[in-house]
Amino acid sequence: MRSISPEILQIRSNALQAIRGFFLARDFVEVETPVRLPAPALEEFIDAIPSDDWYLRTSPELHMKRLLAAGMPRIFQMGACFRHGERGHLHNPEFTMLEWYRAESDYREILADTKMLIRHVAAEVLGSTTISFGDVAIDLNMPWLCIPVEYAFQKYAGWNPVEEFDADRFDLDLVNKVEPALPKDRGVVLIDYPEEAAALSRRSPENPMVAERWELYMGGIEIANAFSELTDADEQLKRFEECAAKRAKAGRDVYPIDRPFLAALEAGMPPSGGIALGVDRLVMLLANVQNIQQVRPFANG
Amino acid sequence: MFSASDLRKGLKIEIDGHPYVITEYTFTKPGKGQSIYTCRVKSMLTGQTHMKQYRSNDKIDKPQLMQKELIYSYKDGELFVFMDENYEQIMLDENTIGDARFFLKEDIEVEVLFHNDKAIGVELPIFVERAITHTEPGARGNTATNVLKPATVDGGYELNVPIFINEGDMIKIDTRTGEYSERVR
Repeated sequence: MRSISPEILQIRSNALQAIRGFFLARDFVEVETPVRLPAPALEEFIDAIPSDDWYLRTSPELHMKRLLAAGMPRIFQMGACFRHGERGHLHNPEFTMLEWYRAESDYREILADTKMLIRHVAAEVLGSTTISFGDVAIDLNMPWLCIPVEYAFQKYAGWNPVEEFDADRFDLDLVNKVEPALPKDRGVVLIDYPEEAAALSRRSPENPMVAERWELYMGGIEIANAFSELTDADEQLKRFEECAAKRAKAGRDVYPIDRPFLAALEAGMPPSGGIALGVDRLVMLLANVQNIQQVRPFANG
Repeated sequence: MFSASDLRKGLKIEIDGHPYVITEYTFTKPGKGQSIYTCRVKSMLTGQTHMKQYRSNDKIDKPQLMQKELIYSYKDGELFVFMDENYEQIMLDENTIGDARFFLKEDIEVEVLFHNDKAIGVELPIFVERAITHTEPGARGNTATNVLKPATVDGGYELNVPIFINEGDMIKIDTRTGEYSERVR
């Protein structure tokens, strides 16, 4: 039997309220998109959980972008997402994700949103702009440290993944060398990923070797992943197909390509910025606990 | 073959032909990246441990392990002779048997673990009974279990027993720790 902590669930409830309040005050529309879907986003290392002959969503991303293409300028969603086999102190197969998107925007404006959101939520929930987490105090008044991935790897891992990308080495060095070296007393943003690690972000117009993507770390924990969204239908189809081929080669399930999503890109999606933020992890920071199980009342998945 | 997602604490795996058991396990996954499984593995041959990392697409060898129930018969020089259910004789050396050698007794049933048909360890019943062959007489009437004195049991194994135990008593020994457990009568 796990113990249920009413104090932590109160913090969680306060955090959800603060997040909703933040976006509603900024004219965002809260949306709900399907949890069961026929074509989860094709990503090399994210596995979906089957539900009948469809799948549970691994993220609401593709449907959210269809809403952008349909003309909604500012949207957000909070809800359960599901990923097969992800279980650890920061992972649970079922988890709560916050995503928000802005049309006519990019990853820089999303970064400004994120700074304000975290400050707002901490102030509402803790009445403070300092988050005590384990043995560190995260001071939200300190400017966030924005480190290009290229420099972070050169400094902490001794090589340059933008000049020459090595997928296996990249993930291992990120976990073993880069992440442990990042400061924990303030927000840290790793920004501008090698284009091979672009996922669904667009290439930088200034430097095609990098993609407009950033990841936020707080107290050493990865909290959010943001993009300037890829809106080019041909490029998107090419990436889906490459990803499908890699998944097939590795013996992973290959999901169908989401044709209605591609059709929406074809018809025209505005340049946009978007982000996925782990709500459970944010609550871990606010409640000062080290295991995701402590912020969820029931074991699941 | 195991895939990386099968890894968990307690799983027995094979690395470079040697059997290991996973004693610690952490799952990490950088955003959009591969899952990384960081394990502390303990050699089932030497007991030594080291760290090992696996990624999403790695395949891990499965050791050929088999457990057999054998009956101990006798000692033949340096070798210990066991019998399987078909009355086949199997001989194991002192290295393989380890500390279990102190508690082997004719007709005792043990679990022997084989890796690729080579015996790598012997598991005794948790408790064995032994007669005390030598100990200094204790103070009469003292039933304290926390005051200990040395004793020798039949077979020559030495251990500490409570002060009220006398020569000729039967005691139970916990084979996991090699320590006194209780008096049988």
